Amino acid sequence: MYANDFEYYRATSVAEAVELLVSNEGAEPMAGSHGLLPRMRTGEEAPPVLVDINGIDGLRSIEETEAGLSIGALTTHAEIARSELVQTHAPALAVAAQAVGDIQVRNGGSIGGNLAHGDPRADLPAAVLALGGSVSVTGPDGSSSIDATELFHGDFKTEVGDHEIVTAVEIPVAANTASTYVKYRNPLSGYPLIGVGTWVQTDDGGETIEAARVAATGNLVRSMRLEEVENALIGSAVDKSTIDAAVAEAAVDEELYRQDPQASAAYCNHLLAVRTAEALDTVLAIETN
Amino acid sequence: MSKQEITLSVNGATHELHVEPRTLLVTALREELGYTGANVGCETARCGACTVRVNGDAIKSCMQFAVQLDGAEIETVEGLAEDGNLAPLQAQFQAHHGLQCGFCTPGMLMTADTYLKDAENPSREEIREAIEGNLCRCTGYHNIVDAIEATLTEGAPTNE
Repeated sequence: MYANDFEYYRATSVAEAVELLVSNEGAEPMAGSHGLLPRMRTGEEAPPVLVDINGIDGLRSIEETEAGLSIGALTTHAEIARSELVQTHAPALAVAAQAVGDIQVRNGGSIGGNLAHGDPRADLPAAVLALGGSVSVTGPDGSSSIDATELFHGDFKTEVGDHEIVTAVEIPVAANTASTYVKYRNPLSGYPLIGVGTWVQTDDGGETIEAARVAATGNLVRSMRLEEVENALIGSAVDKSTIDAAVAEAAVDEELYRQDPQASAAYCNHLLAVRTAEALDTVLAIETN
Repeated sequence: MSKQEITLSVNGATHELHVEPRTLLVTALREELGYTGANVGCETARCGACTVRVNGDAIKSCMQFAVQLDGAEIETVEGLAEDGNLAPLQAQFQAHHGLQCGFCTPGMLMTADTYLKDAENPSREEIREAIEGNLCRCTGYHNIVDAIEATLTEGAPTNE
């Protein structure tokens, strides 16, 4: 069960990491290694060169910016889950980070690696999509930003270029908002069968939903926003009938689910509706019976 | 592929070793350095039998290449006992029959020992969540939770 042989470089700066990616055909960046390493062990990926970015200073922090929160790419799931800043300003992300694997995995995996890996089953994408986040990347042509809605192509492919490194995840913060993440865990793998991230913004009185984002992950071909659910929420009153109307829209076409003999599309859609209702009950603070 | 020289501190002892980049941390510990406490179970980050501490955090040592950890401080189950005496947690595992075959025990101990450093009056449910990354096929977990709980409340077993 050894991985294929590879050449290993440990970069000490983002510029050096990019240079190593450019100059080595097929090179892959590696952060916490919890996404890439298992796939190298099974032969699903066999990069000839690995560029370890763990030695780069300044990529492991959680900071408040004018727009919101900036989370360094190497920040671990455990650090995000216990961060008071994240718990306060981006609760969906704290909950999703805590939902990843187990404590050993949360100590090892990082947010940048998680998002760049593009595993459609990952927890964090649903939270980052719901929070309206983006990733900062640096490549040979400089730095740029990729909105989460553009990031996930499915099947371990993302908008991040071959020679680019994710350096940070940006999460906007605004008033009158609430967010959460709800997961139905596959008991064997620990990954979500269905995970739902939800974010809402109300008017000052908390009576009307002014903006909403809802996103799903898990058995889907890629993590995605659920626009029909969002549209049912936006402009509606904060009450139970709004949630019922939104949950009625929580369904995904069969071809957007991966084939899974243990979980049909109909079953996953049932889970999706139940988890969406649970998430909306939480963010709209409505008691359920 | 050429081997690389790395330095690992294991239970306070410094080791220099040459490893292929693809060598896993658990393989380096077991086969290069002789620390066979960490077991190789599932090799896919599920079972937790290979859990060790890396720079203070519990980590599955099958999920890291050894070269990534050049200069890191590793703690394994071999470092828990002092002067040949079982640590309180280990003694409580013994007292509460927290193991049968023992394969999961080194990883279980490292996860629990790390958890106990910060735990404040946890419920049994919270203890179970803390060890969710470690699978045991023998005990049904009850005795393991008993042992961890007893370590918190009484330290080492009070009488035999």
